[in-house]
Amino acid sequence: MRHRVCLTVNGKAEEFDVEPRLLLCHLLRAYVGLTGTNIGCDTSQCGSCTVLMDGKAVKSCTVLAVQADGSEVTTIEGLAGADGLHSVQQSFWDNHGLQCGFCTPGMIMTAVEILDRNPDASDADVRHGLEGNICRCTGYENIVKSIVAAGARQS
Amino acid sequence: MFPSQFDYHRAASVAEAVELLSSLPDAKLVAGGHSLIPAMKLRAAQPSALVDIGRIPGLSDVSRDGDSLVIGALATHAAVADSAAVRGGCPMLAETAAAIGDIQVRNRGTIGGSLAHADPGADYPAAMLALGAEVTAVGAGGERTIAASDFFVDILTTALADNEVITSVRVPCAAGGAYLKHRHPASSYAVVGVAACVGMDGGNVGSCAIGINGVTGKAVLADAAAAALCGGPADADRIAAAAARVGDAFDEPLGDLYASGEFRAHLAGVYTKRALALAAERAG
Amino acid sequence: MGRYVGTSVKRVEDPRFIQGKGRYVANIQFPDMVYVAIKRSPEAHARITRIDTSAAAAMDGVVAVFTGQDFKDGGCGSLPCGWLVPDTKVPDRPIVVTDRVCHVGDSVAVVAARTPYIAADAVEAIEVDYEPLPTVVDARGAMDEGAPLVHAEIEDNVSYHWALGDQEACDKAFAEADEVVEVELVNQRLIPTAMEPRAAAAQWDAASEEMTVWTTSQNPHPIRLLLSAFTLGIPESKLRVISPDVGGGFGSKIFHYPEEVIVPWVAREVGRPARWVATRTESQMTDSQGRDHVTVAKLAMTSDGAFTGLDVETWANQGAYLSTFAPLIPTALYITLLSGNYKMPGVFGKVHGTLTNTVPVDAYRGAGRPEAAYLVERLVDLAATRLGRDPLDLRRQNAIPKEDFPYQTPVAFLYDSGDYDRLMTTAADRADYAGMRQAQAEARAEGKLRGVGVVCCIEASGPAPSAVAGSLGSAVGFWESGEVRVHPTGQVSVFTGSHAHGQGHETTLAQVVADELGVPIESVEVVHGDTGRVNFGMGTYGSRSACVGGSALVRSAEKVRAKVLRIGAHLLEAAEEDVVYDRDTGRVHVKGSPDSGKDFGELAFAAYTAHNLPEGMEPGLDFVSFYDPANFTFPASSHICEVEVCSDTWEVRILRYVAVDDVGKVINPMIVEGQLQGGIVQGVGQALTEIGAYSDDGQLLSGTLLEYAVPRADLLPGIEVDRIETPSPHNPLGVKGAGEMGTIAATPVVANAVLDALAPLGVTHIELPLTPERIWRAVQAAGNGA
Repeated sequence: MRHRVCLTVNGKAEEFDVEPRLLLCHLLRAYVGLTGTNIGCDTSQCGSCTVLMDGKAVKSCTVLAVQADGSEVTTIEGLAGADGLHSVQQSFWDNHGLQCGFCTPGMIMTAVEILDRNPDASDADVRHGLEGNICRCTGYENIVKSIVAAGARQS
Repeated sequence: MFPSQFDYHRAASVAEAVELLSSLPDAKLVAGGHSLIPAMKLRAAQPSALVDIGRIPGLSDVSRDGDSLVIGALATHAAVADSAAVRGGCPMLAETAAAIGDIQVRNRGTIGGSLAHADPGADYPAAMLALGAEVTAVGAGGERTIAASDFFVDILTTALADNEVITSVRVPCAAGGAYLKHRHPASSYAVVGVAACVGMDGGNVGSCAIGINGVTGKAVLADAAAAALCGGPADADRIAAAAARVGDAFDEPLGDLYASGEFRAHLAGVYTKRALALAAERAG
Repeated sequence: MGRYVGTSVKRVEDPRFIQGKGRYVANIQFPDMVYVAIKRSPEAHARITRIDTSAAAAMDGVVAVFTGQDFKDGGCGSLPCGWLVPDTKVPDRPIVVTDRVCHVGDSVAVVAARTPYIAADAVEAIEVDYEPLPTVVDARGAMDEGAPLVHAEIEDNVSYHWALGDQEACDKAFAEADEVVEVELVNQRLIPTAMEPRAAAAQWDAASEEMTVWTTSQNPHPIRLLLSAFTLGIPESKLRVISPDVGGGFGSKIFHYPEEVIVPWVAREVGRPARWVATRTESQMTDSQGRDHVTVAKLAMTSDGAFTGLDVETWANQGAYLSTFAPLIPTALYITLLSGNYKMPGVFGKVHGTLTNTVPVDAYRGAGRPEAAYLVERLVDLAATRLGRDPLDLRRQNAIPKEDFPYQTPVAFLYDSGDYDRLMTTAADRADYAGMRQAQAEARAEGKLRGVGVVCCIEASGPAPSAVAGSLGSAVGFWESGEVRVHPTGQVSVFTGSHAHGQGHETTLAQVVADELGVPIESVEVVHGDTGRVNFGMGTYGSRSACVGGSALVRSAEKVRAKVLRIGAHLLEAAEEDVVYDRDTGRVHVKGSPDSGKDFGELAFAAYTAHNLPEGMEPGLDFVSFYDPANFTFPASSHICEVEVCSDTWEVRILRYVAVDDVGKVINPMIVEGQLQGGIVQGVGQALTEIGAYSDDGQLLSGTLLEYAVPRADLLPGIEVDRIETPSPHNPLGVKGAGEMGTIAATPVVANAVLDALAPLGVTHIELPLTPERIWRAVQAAGNGA
């Protein structure tokens, strides 16, 4: 049994014919070709696959594509406007907030939600806010710095 | 990482969901899916069909009704944590919701899903027990209300029939409550979670309830500990004496690589002490 | 110094990563690609009595199903071990097993299907009957009499015994010692957990018989060599191995893995491109794991605190098979570091490499050196306690003085440079060590469990002189290649055999070459990770890329400069000795007349037009160098950590973490600090949260991220990083490795801090990780009920 799923991905409306078991992360990567959303685990722990669904950060490995039907999804590829990098992306670059880059899209998408909730997020707020994201390279030090700095720039 | 095959049905109403559950063998309900989908990805759960109730209108409202809060089954943990009605009427419930998983999980996971899954490490069950919440469910025989103390039956097992759907949870408001959790460093589940409610009667504790999850297969009420605190002031000595009684509530503590049952029982005492002190302080 | 080296140039690789354009192996997709999935053993040790693949093969969308016999019959050789100490017993490690599994996760059968979902269905449909065999999982227990044998032909489960040091001097030290402290400890198994799970993809061109393999490797050239010579049998000339963007390695992606053979073999067999991407759970049970030592050791000293001898015996768990460099780690990268940063005449260590029914063990960040540092630094703290001395003071007393460098240790290494006393005093100043001790006394008076940890650690980085490696058991050399190709326009392509998987080589190596040539960094492009583009390379591990890979590029740049200078002199009609190459501008001009020179671009163009070159000069401007280092480099660090242990939940809270490191000259301070910070948190993970645990029957108890606790953002409150620089005297950049020092120092400093906090309760030792329950139990065992 296959199902029709309508999604607006990064501002573009598209229709897909999918098996119900297809995960949103696989739809984005294999059907839409948006491979920026990385998959780092299979138990919903690492947060690498975080995207914004109707404006909220979600782990796209834990959403069925059929559940996302009708939603607006923003991935790392669609975060920046026409005017260049999103302020969080810029801040990650400025503050060496990434090393291997694999967790980075998920970190950035989660950071967008953290700052959306509180642009004045402190170092401790950000560390708490990242409880659903794992980075193995940076020790989080510069990720936290990047997000706090992006918040300061936004507010 | 790849769930096995299943059929998918999106229910437009609770009645339709009940009907689908009644007619489809091995069907499972899905709302946020944050308990079920991880299990399906590991193929630990392989339902033949999913009945998606995630879009049924009216099930995600959070509102105040007199001295209670009525939380729709589809209310996400984030919605409960952020709700002004919850924060005002029952801060402990907001605290519990905010302690679940992480931002991403809280944006998708629902209170109904969490309760129905009844994971021993889930955070809500202790709060539901301590607060004396009631779960409203609709099944083939109509609607019924189940007291939280009757709802949790065993590990991953509730009083719900296979074709029953949680529609809402009614939670009595309580100012004097606190939920504290020892978070598993990997899974974020509660190694131990203690929900304490304290009601003051003059200078003495008039009522007390303590719900604990994480230690045993199902969340439990530590009645002996709660009773020990009542009838006197909530001072440090009496709180410590009460907390020392929590062990009575545990038949067979669960253990894992991170924490044995024995250590969980120890932690339960520690967190009970802390939660009682905080709850009493909030109770004023 | 030039314009770029020594400055925090922003990373040139970042724009692709922050925009989701990373080029990881899992992103490779071809229209008719098959998805490979592997049936894994749920048993740690069992005979396979039946495999039935018929149901799987019959499934709609399944392209092919293969068993171990198919790979054997199809010409796949067993995985070799690339480092053999004398008399090493090497168990056969087939690509896919045929009759017996030796650890949970061993590969049993292979599926190729139209989608990864169907492949997973087919894997589930393969029926395998196992006849369980007895298991052994413990490094030391493996040698017990009557222990089950992992491989019947390998007696006592011993792969090798190895020893190093001056046993006579060691015995003498203990015979004459005033004081001896002893310890028995476990360096627990860790699971590397790079965030990108391993993956491989392959495309076979039947017409040209050329195979392209994409793999998540830290060293594509050695993988090509092993594929060609041992496992796949395709000539190197027809085999291209590409390691594109790789999402972290930490050692786990050095090794040659079965899937790197399976995927190209399947692609050729089914005539379609193929791809395999590990699930996280699969990665946790098949990526080579780290550490896993049991050690008994003692330290001898005089009554006034001078260390005189160290005697060490270690059982090193190698897992079920020997991974590519497995025997190297507990031998030449462990015993050799036991002298630490201290003058100790009598150091002797022996190690037993044992086989068990567990996932193979190999290098993981630090690789042998953290094991040595944890042991030595724990012993030093025990010594300080015994002598009633301040642990920092005792370390300073025994530290090798800076005037003693180069310093020959009793365990083979010749330390190149260092100033350990300044390192420690810098750390103490930065941390306000005296203030921390004061605060600790006050906290203790209030009944708080406050502890301060201090360490001084050594690392050997930048492997290695090839002849030395060869004499110690290596099958390969550890030089590095670097090519500097100047294009006719003056743009520069740099080809390095080093491989970046987070380290930022595209930036730092461009900084080096831009400064060497005096050209803008924007005109320098760094190419790595592709055997089709880079002539050869040994890859990245052991914190070697700047030391060895960077040095190779300096050599090539020197050759470019020399040729450019000659062309410039010729065009300026001046004698070579009368012109200079201005490394600030890349211009060649007559001495004293900087205005009348030739630009780098003009000279590069002249090299290619070849219209007017010096007599006998070949056209072109492209040089390759193979740099074989004269020695390892020896970074050092002193870290100080302040903790508080909660006296009822027994959780450890880190209050402050101060790290002062000496990694020699620094090319990019921002990147070096990032390496140290990341390394430190991995080391703290070993101290507090991480353990790869097995049940007695060989089940991996921490096989998913639900159990294996990788540090999260809130484990530390922040890290204060500072540094001193003692340049390495033997490489042209003066650099030492920066990738592993943080990890090496972090584990012992946190352990020392926690045990210092618990000292008033009589606790002297707890095995890592220091989880609340382990602390609780240790406190109870010490007679302090809680």
